[in-house]
Amino acid sequence: MMMNFAYLFATVGLIQGLKFMGDPARAKTGNMLAAASVVLALVAVVVATGWAGSTHVLLLVGLLTVGTLIGKTWSSRVAMTAMPQLVSIFNALGGACAVVLSLNEVYGAGTPVDNKLLGGVLILTALFGGTAFTGSMVAYLKLDGRKLPRPAQIHKVLARLLLAVLAAIVAYYFAMPTDASTYPTVLLAIAIAALAYGIFLTLPIGGADMPVLISLLNALTGVATLMAGLLFHDPVMIIGGILVGATGILLTLQMCTAMNRSLGGVLAGKIISAKSTQSEVEQDIRSITAVETASLLAFSKQVAVVPGYGMAVSQAQRECFALQEMLKGTSVDLHFIIHPVAGRMPGHMNVLLAEANIPYESVLEMTAVNDTMEHYDTVLVIGANDVVNPAAENDAESPIYGMPIIRAYKAKQVVVMKRSMAKGYSGVVNTLFDRQNCKVLFGDAKESLAAIITELKRI
Amino acid sequence: MDFSYTITAIDGVFILALSLLLGFEVIKNIPAVLHTPLMSGSNAISGIILFGGIVQLLNTPLDHVWTLAAASLAVLLGSINLAGGFFVTHRMLSMFSVKRKPAKGRKA
Repeated sequence: MMMNFAYLFATVGLIQGLKFMGDPARAKTGNMLAAASVVLALVAVVVATGWAGSTHVLLLVGLLTVGTLIGKTWSSRVAMTAMPQLVSIFNALGGACAVVLSLNEVYGAGTPVDNKLLGGVLILTALFGGTAFTGSMVAYLKLDGRKLPRPAQIHKVLARLLLAVLAAIVAYYFAMPTDASTYPTVLLAIAIAALAYGIFLTLPIGGADMPVLISLLNALTGVATLMAGLLFHDPVMIIGGILVGATGILLTLQMCTAMNRSLGGVLAGKIISAKSTQSEVEQDIRSITAVETASLLAFSKQVAVVPGYGMAVSQAQRECFALQEMLKGTSVDLHFIIHPVAGRMPGHMNVLLAEANIPYESVLEMTAVNDTMEHYDTVLVIGANDVVNPAAENDAESPIYGMPIIRAYKAKQVVVMKRSMAKGYSGVVNTLFDRQNCKVLFGDAKESLAAIITELKRI
Repeated sequence: MDFSYTITAIDGVFILALSLLLGFEVIKNIPAVLHTPLMSGSNAISGIILFGGIVQLLNTPLDHVWTLAAASLAVLLGSINLAGGFFVTHRMLSMFSVKRKPAKGRKA
């Protein structure tokens, strides 16, 4: 009876915690509430399972302590730029846990699988967990810039083949009469195929599609948790799993909308190809120096920065903060405008700017300012490309046509910081450079910003 | 005292359907600024899959070494996911709140 109340409190706490996490003022409380609820539920699970002997309890406490310490160490050491990698690793561990649980239930604990419900739940735990495990590992390696086989047609073919194999095994299991003796083999086949599927699902997916992929893999682990909850008859796991799954699915769809891409397209590894429509168009590019940019800024009243992943790569966040402080001194407002898919996971840019102490009141969402972009005297584009390409709005031939963009071109002056004239991720020609009000500042973003700040000090 | 807790299949389906609706309701309209902490936080919550490992571990006799080892592995993996996720989310959210203090504490 007491345990039921503990479960109830934990469940309500989990839901309320996640709700708070959607509100900037209460997000921290929400996270702690969710963590406390999980601890409560954990104690309830241990008590409800019953006293198994002191060795078991010591082993359990030891494992939980070691796991917590490892988790704490990783999370306190990670650089904010590497956050997507850490989330991927954590997600991979959750997925691996699901596969181990499912196989251990049948092979280790020897639970006889004599009905379709139990069998189906075990199969789905292994399927979602396995895909999430290897998928997240490959995503981690990709994000970390490790050497992986180049995306190839064969990966997509294998992914589809494995998906068909998985579907065939599941169909076979449900079509055949229940047979507890062959069940372990069926489950093992599912686990192996799911692990392989995770790899080939993730391999062809491009860097800019990472926010979609990470959200999706998160959702998969959530569903695996839900399935495990059904397996162990644990309501907290069921509700927790659903909340995670729902979060993941919603973010996945939001990211897809922000890129004007279909989930199917992303998963099929459809890489936007520019070759067919625009090959080598000569662009007339006006370059600008850091000194000229500084004087442009000095004469501006409203300035905006559009940061992209390139900013994170060159670690220019602190220079952005320094620039903002500098301009504040001359009563120039500096805003940061963030595209929903900038960075390698949803909201990544916001975290990086927060780490550099940039007040979040000055960080704006694309939709909040897009209709008033002409009020900005100068817009600095740092390490972003496709998200400011006007071709997405006015060139129906363009591969990125229809993708919502930040209308930087509407500002009085646009300065794009670029390392070289290399094209954006999509390889699409950026027609922003053809505009009269756009100039390019070549060089490393961090160094350019430092040079601008030095020059501003002199003015 | 009776510590047993079981849910029947139909209970499960009810919980499933209702919490699915609830899940979408709870997290829709979340501002982009919180997307990353939300994701790492929800990722942490999915670590509760380790409860399954706990149940397996506590129900396995000590002489079933491999079963015990597998359950232990599940508990370890899950607990890293769970604890690490909550800690890193806390770290991120602390960054968001740090500079709200000077804004509030500014002398007018």
